[in-house]
Amino acid sequence: MALFLVNVLDGFVTGLLLFMLCSGLTLIFSMMGVLNFAHASFYMLGAYFAYQISLVTGFWAGLLIAPLIVGVIGALVERYGLRRVHKYGHVPELIFTFGLALLIEETIQFFWGKSQLPFSEPAALDFAAFSIAGNAFPAYKVFMIAVAMGIFLTLLYILTKTRIGMTIQAALSYPETVQNLGHNVPLVFMCVFGVGTAMAGLAGVIAGPVLGVFPGMAVQLGSIVFVTIVIGGLGSLWGALVASLIIGWMQTFATAYNVTAEQVLTAMGFTKPELIWDHPLQDLWTLTLPQLGPILPYLLMIIVLVLRPQGLMGNRES
Amino acid sequence: MKRLNFMMATALAAGLIAGAAAAQEKVRIAFIDPLSGPFATTGTQGLSIYRHTIKELVNEPGALLDGQAEFEMVPFDNKISAKESLIQLQVAMDQGIRIIAQGASSGVASALTEAVAKHNRRNPDDPVIFLNHSAVDPALTNDKCQFWHFRFDANADIKMDALTDDIAANPEIKKVYVIGQDYSFGKAVASAAQRFLKEKRPDIEIVGNELHPIGKVKDFTPYARKIVGSGADAVITGNWGGDMVGLGKAVMGAGFDKPIYTYYGATSGITAAFGEEGDGIVKLVGAGQVNPAPSPDAQAFIESFYESFPDLDLGQPQMANVAPMLAAAINEVGNASDIKAIAYALEGMEHDGILTGKTVMRESDHQAIQTVTVQGQTPGVTFEYDKSGRGMNAQTIVEMASKDSATTCEMKRP
Repeated sequence: MALFLVNVLDGFVTGLLLFMLCSGLTLIFSMMGVLNFAHASFYMLGAYFAYQISLVTGFWAGLLIAPLIVGVIGALVERYGLRRVHKYGHVPELIFTFGLALLIEETIQFFWGKSQLPFSEPAALDFAAFSIAGNAFPAYKVFMIAVAMGIFLTLLYILTKTRIGMTIQAALSYPETVQNLGHNVPLVFMCVFGVGTAMAGLAGVIAGPVLGVFPGMAVQLGSIVFVTIVIGGLGSLWGALVASLIIGWMQTFATAYNVTAEQVLTAMGFTKPELIWDHPLQDLWTLTLPQLGPILPYLLMIIVLVLRPQGLMGNRES
Repeated sequence: MKRLNFMMATALAAGLIAGAAAAQEKVRIAFIDPLSGPFATTGTQGLSIYRHTIKELVNEPGALLDGQAEFEMVPFDNKISAKESLIQLQVAMDQGIRIIAQGASSGVASALTEAVAKHNRRNPDDPVIFLNHSAVDPALTNDKCQFWHFRFDANADIKMDALTDDIAANPEIKKVYVIGQDYSFGKAVASAAQRFLKEKRPDIEIVGNELHPIGKVKDFTPYARKIVGSGADAVITGNWGGDMVGLGKAVMGAGFDKPIYTYYGATSGITAAFGEEGDGIVKLVGAGQVNPAPSPDAQAFIESFYESFPDLDLGQPQMANVAPMLAAAINEVGNASDIKAIAYALEGMEHDGILTGKTVMRESDHQAIQTVTVQGQTPGVTFEYDKSGRGMNAQTIVEMASKDSATTCEMKRP
């Protein structure tokens, strides 16, 4: 039971981290219809910038400044890159962001090299907040939860309760009408892109000390981010939150429990072949849940796409 | 005009010939390892160790053919792909290089050793020799062994033998958790751990034995929870690269403060990433030692390495044996072109390794037998890794480790 509780908390942290990435991506998609392949690269940029800044000023300044720089870079990319490519349609946009992802990865390797960087949590948070049955829960993870929840509530408030949020939502569905009403829609797009990438950058800063800062960190999260927003429903903030949490818990629990195919199959009434090592179904019989864990989100995505193509919380066909 | 050109050409040619005669003979070694991509640090570090060894121990002292010849490293980037390595092997052979060195990844080493064996079967008069400086899959000197392959690193079994010596000597360890990457090397480590522990300390319980997808795990926290939950007193892992950092940080972050035995838990940013938290916890088993330097010569050798390559680490001490042993074999033969004779000279060679003590290239399977050490991460050592203020200090030193270990190799000699 204690271990269960620890896993619930761990899964919650993983889910919230995923959410910080997905929220920006899903907003950008719903506004511009652009699947930003470079989104995880902005996450990586955030981590690297924060590392560099932390060498000079310590962790906290990095936490504030790095996402800002990433957001400005994101806004510039939208203004001078994506907007120009936009008129040629969606495929060039996709290719543009894809190329951008490769470019960012190579640039990072050029400046920081290929090794892991020693980016660690600030000393003020480097202690165990509490421990459950010998399992320490680091204070830093409590901090991660707080930041992610703060971001979610702020976003929700801005989008649903403020004038800017209303404009954004309107621009989302009826860009021409909003433009005719005198709002600067391209500026809104640029800001949303900037804020979305800044959030990815912030996710990178707070994930860096836990998941490591290395050139492969974008690729490692890149695909799962898309899976999450597809499951949650493209363009839905709540959907992104729910899907992120589901995936976080799913992966944590899949790794945490050593359920084997043997147990399941035996319970179903099959008997294990004696000479398992030469048996054609050897791989099936020796499969374990932790091995299956990484593909579970993709499986869930297929099921969701079949049963509810607009995603769990999506409200439109895209 | 034509005449003038002709005269100039003649003069030039004459000059070239004279120049070539004056210069020393270059004996080229093809270095086929990843020099770009995610594992580039491994390759770059290896190449720098070779270059340093060649300069300090062979070329400058004039140790090759009485100073008449010099070694030269020719790097080839294989991007850690077996397919690419075979292409690079062909390129190297086309350039006339007959000495091949490789080490990163046992998968690549298997492909190369097969390709070299095939080439030598087809061209018995023009063979190629394969010097493996760090691929440790035991199969390479057992079932897959062949005459032209020489392994200078201690293989996974030899390392596990030394590692379990260290565990066996610690009565506080009663439960061990084995975790590794899901591929041939991870499995080899897991089975060796089980075998040796059962033999040396039957009372030790293996409370976990699992393989995780290689390079795919984003967050090792759930694994760390299982390890802590199992009540393990020690962890054994063959993980390398990002999987090593992720596992180590998660396990220590979950409050585990007992030894973590690794094969590759240091250098290339790993020591810096573990930082203070890893002091006294992270252990590494490997050939030879850097801290403390085994002799004054070794001390000078390591110091000058760090002067020449301040951004890299001397992370693979056994690699410093390859060039001197090859030079000794060439000296014994008297020339650098009779590869077959050189291979025979290497067989059974005894060598005083600068960082690995007495080293013997075992005749039966071409496995180097040398000092294997269990090192612990310690702050304030002489030669630190990753400029992090800490490094690996030799704690358990096993000379001529596993010198009588069994091999299934049936060597066919030409």
